[in-house]
Amino acid sequence: MSQRFVNWFKFASPASFYPLAGKAWPWFAALAAAFCAAGLWLSFFVAPTDFQQGEGYRIIFIHVPASWMSMFIYCVMAFWAAIGITFNTRLSGMMSSALAPTGALFAFISLWTGALWGKPMWGAWWVWDARLTSELILFFLYVGYIALTAAIDDPRRADKAGAIVALVGVVNVPIIYFSVKWWNTLHQGASVSLTKAPSMATTMLWGMLIMALAFWMYSIAVALYRVRAIILERERHTTWVAELPEMQQ
Amino acid sequence: MSAFIAIVRRDLLLAARRKSEVFTALFFFMIVVSLFPLGIGPETALLRRIAPGVLWVAALLAAMLSLNRLFAADHQDGTLEQMALSPTPLALLVSGKVLAHWLTAGLPLVLLAPVLGLQFDLSARALGVLMLSLLLGTPLLSLIGAIGAALTLGLRGGGVLLSLLVLPLYIPALIFGAGAVEADMAGLGAGGHLSLLGALLALGVFFAPWAATAALRIALE
Repeated sequence: MSQRFVNWFKFASPASFYPLAGKAWPWFAALAAAFCAAGLWLSFFVAPTDFQQGEGYRIIFIHVPASWMSMFIYCVMAFWAAIGITFNTRLSGMMSSALAPTGALFAFISLWTGALWGKPMWGAWWVWDARLTSELILFFLYVGYIALTAAIDDPRRADKAGAIVALVGVVNVPIIYFSVKWWNTLHQGASVSLTKAPSMATTMLWGMLIMALAFWMYSIAVALYRVRAIILERERHTTWVAELPEMQQ
Repeated sequence: MSAFIAIVRRDLLLAARRKSEVFTALFFFMIVVSLFPLGIGPETALLRRIAPGVLWVAALLAAMLSLNRLFAADHQDGTLEQMALSPTPLALLVSGKVLAHWLTAGLPLVLLAPVLGLQFDLSARALGVLMLSLLLGTPLLSLIGAIGAALTLGLRGGGVLLSLLVLPLYIPALIFGAGAVEADMAGLGAGGHLSLLGALLALGVFFAPWAATAALRIALE
């Protein structure tokens, strides 16, 4: 047991995490490509046409996994932020800042595909639906985090300040979600109800889940790749970076 | 506790010596609120409909204007470091500063709001609810804003960054605050909204000084 405990902390050091991430990210990237191919095949060729929404509903296979990932990545970011504040590990802050752009990207994709989906289905690019609005606010929270960490020159201070923003944000996300939901129900009747989704064919569900897995693997691969870049940038003065084979050329 | 009172008195005294800062935010509030009828048109029914939202958004922005200065002066002359070193918990001193900020930036908005509400033809009852919702909501704005002010202390472009960080977090206060007035005008009763606003305030009073203190310690490192 104690052996395992020690092992976890071993990878908290950038010097030992860097090669691990270097070995792991191609695997996750390959998995992402495989899942993506399978998911797209399922969603475009196997899943039946929806009898209400026609072919347009196929946006769901990008839209829903992207929304899930955008929310999940914020939680992971806050998790690393909490670890970083508690144990004062350098790598945790780097992980948070490596995850933020991917999360913001997924929030943006979710909003964009939501608009593309909304236009044919509801006849409007944007409705002030509770979920759409919360997703927009989540996007703002990501932007705030990225802007704050980018504005601070000292990386250690940037990590810590970013950690506080991420933690304050993660506490506020449920509050914001429920307040927006309540605001929405008070303002307009349920003209558009996303919550009562029609029961889905199993192939559609599978397509969606496999696409979610693909996005998940993509996020891991990209986060690991980005964290390697961040490690190199911040540790460039150390001897272990100078001794890396890729630095010898 | 005496340190808390001393901080509040000191900050109030400083604000009293620099009255222009307080009045700038107040006039900003008045001007923003007065711009809306000019942009939208003088129809009374429409103005009455948008009044709670407009007043609340303007209050939000006006309260945010003065957040920059919450810690900046003390940071520049080193007072903040002395506060961090003092035996009194920093969170208590931060709470004192937040209270003083609310008294100088939030409370005047609460008192001015009914006068501006008259421009929008709000009934006396709606004005009362508006004041009550602002009374519960503006301290929350100061509390959340203190976290943002502490995080952006001494940064380039701190002011814009502060609004980017803080405004999304203000959304629940805006929804419940403006919602209270609207619900009352619609005859639904403002109790639920005001209770939730009070609950948020209770959460904020407990957690925000703590988070702001953590952020200040990072800035002071």
